[in-house]
Amino acid sequence: MISDRPRAAARPRPQRRPRHRPQRHLPLQVLLGFLVVYFLLPFWWVVVNSSKDAPGLFGGGNTLWFADRIDYLGNLGQLFTHDNGIYGRWILNSTLYACAGGVGATVLAVLAGYGFAKYRFAARRFSFSLVLGALMVPATALVIPTFMMFSEFGLTNTIWAVILPSLLNPFGVYLMHVYARDAVPDEILDAARADGAGELRTFLRVALPLMRPAVVTVLLLSAVASWNNYFLPLAMLSDNRLFPVTVGLGLWQGIASANNAGGTSLWSLIIMGALVSVVPLVIAFFTLQRHWRGGLSVGGLR
Amino acid sequence: MTEKSAPDAQDGTRGPRGKVRLREHVMGWLFVGPFGIVFLALLIAPLAYALYLSLFQKRLIGGTGFVFLDNYVKAFTDPSFLSGSWFVIRFSLVSIPLQIIVALAMALILDAVTSLFTRFSRLMIFLPYAIPTVIGAVMWGFLYSRSFGPLTDLFTLFGATPPDLLGSNLIFYGLVNIVTWQWAGYYMIILYAALQGIDPALYEAARMDGAGKWQVALRIKIPLIAPALFLILVFSLIGTLQFFNEPQILRSLAAGTIGPDFTPNMYAYQQAFALANFNYGSAISFALGGIVFVGVYAFLFFTRKRRSFL
Repeated sequence: MISDRPRAAARPRPQRRPRHRPQRHLPLQVLLGFLVVYFLLPFWWVVVNSSKDAPGLFGGGNTLWFADRIDYLGNLGQLFTHDNGIYGRWILNSTLYACAGGVGATVLAVLAGYGFAKYRFAARRFSFSLVLGALMVPATALVIPTFMMFSEFGLTNTIWAVILPSLLNPFGVYLMHVYARDAVPDEILDAARADGAGELRTFLRVALPLMRPAVVTVLLLSAVASWNNYFLPLAMLSDNRLFPVTVGLGLWQGIASANNAGGTSLWSLIIMGALVSVVPLVIAFFTLQRHWRGGLSVGGLR
Repeated sequence: MTEKSAPDAQDGTRGPRGKVRLREHVMGWLFVGPFGIVFLALLIAPLAYALYLSLFQKRLIGGTGFVFLDNYVKAFTDPSFLSGSWFVIRFSLVSIPLQIIVALAMALILDAVTSLFTRFSRLMIFLPYAIPTVIGAVMWGFLYSRSFGPLTDLFTLFGATPPDLLGSNLIFYGLVNIVTWQWAGYYMIILYAALQGIDPALYEAARMDGAGKWQVALRIKIPLIAPALFLILVFSLIGTLQFFNEPQILRSLAAGTIGPDFTPNMYAYQQAFALANFNYGSAISFALGGIVFVGVYAFLFFTRKRRSFL
């Protein structure tokens, strides 16, 4: 059912590969090499070109190799001082939105997923089918109506306009439901109850540890979704000091393309800004890969 | 729902029924409640409000009046909305199969070959998922650009005219490429995880029966990960129909190629925020949401795979 959970590595596993298959498959590896080059190409371009100043960018040198002058620090300095350091604010805003939205959505999803999986309460089936139906409602279709509703309460152009809608994560509920149903045996819960543990204690002490891989996955997925969000903050926010980095860079890009000649200095900031904005998530993904790899299979496998 | 119709409840194992039942109801709702409130406030309420707003129209004379379905009639006869919808449908038909085929091929290779390099490749191929779509579009915009992209260098090297991937002829493929780059790695990881979950004893049995590697891949691996493939298909369909970020970002670079009504979502955004025509914007949003919902639901229904997914 749920395979390749991170924990599974600790347990004795059925031998995945028979020993007698050390085949190299050279053509396949070469093909894979080409694919890796393709997937890394935009990163390479950004890494190379964020070292250039405006003359280096537009001087007609090799676009996929460094110019004579390599000036990462200068560009970084400019990036964080331009317009009173607005870029640093954007990064902080993105972090705030991703953390608040991610943690909030995860808490709600874990509670609801566990509730749906482990309690037979009134209208359970009906409510769960509503959640499943919500998986099919496109998130962006909600943005304009939510904006209209928030503007009635004066919530637009505040951080809440971005954080509150991020709390809604039906897919997280679905994922947690599947995981709790399969990974938390009823017998263990009943045993805990028989030992006199209350429902909350049973959940926190017994069920939650068992659900940890899925919790990490939902947390990562919803934090990434908030960090990547563009349409929602673009619609909700008009004060550029509240922008997340996605909307901010989009703004700069619009300005830079609008005045082609005068915007040249901005281009090197945008390239550097793109590089800096991807670093936190790339690091998060690499360091946490043990956790998310297992959880991702939950939704796909039944 | 009544107690009797409660599915697979393990009644009778927990002492006096009435008391246990009530406690289950209360506890169940306590766990689901917080999400339920968010669900009502941020999904049901906006949808209801959008539906309500979409039934009104701002007139030059007499303020805002009730027009019933006029906005929808207008939307479905509006060339901007229709051409945008047609674009995202065409785009789905090309880009989704491409993404899934690329992802499946990569997942099968990574499942079949294990080496240090394949482990490294798996991470690198997945990397674009960690990149916000906006930043991805900005990056590819640079690569496509004629002033500082490598395409110009490459093509002039061979004495050919560089293609303008931001021009109206090729923008479609330019966007297909960006979307594939962005999502194929993510889909690959899901499929790879599914492949890793298959019991290797099946391969051994197939080999005993004389099946080759291709047959194992086609007859065993792909059918067994069909639910994961299906999940990806549904999510990519939902995502692609609400296409917004990439064309919106490339708009400033591809002046004249991408209009404000390029996709239905962009059109709704323009109506609501550039023209302050919230009633019509809501109607477009609602119509788009309805199309996606009905389309996906019909798809699920007709492929009769509904149960394996939900």
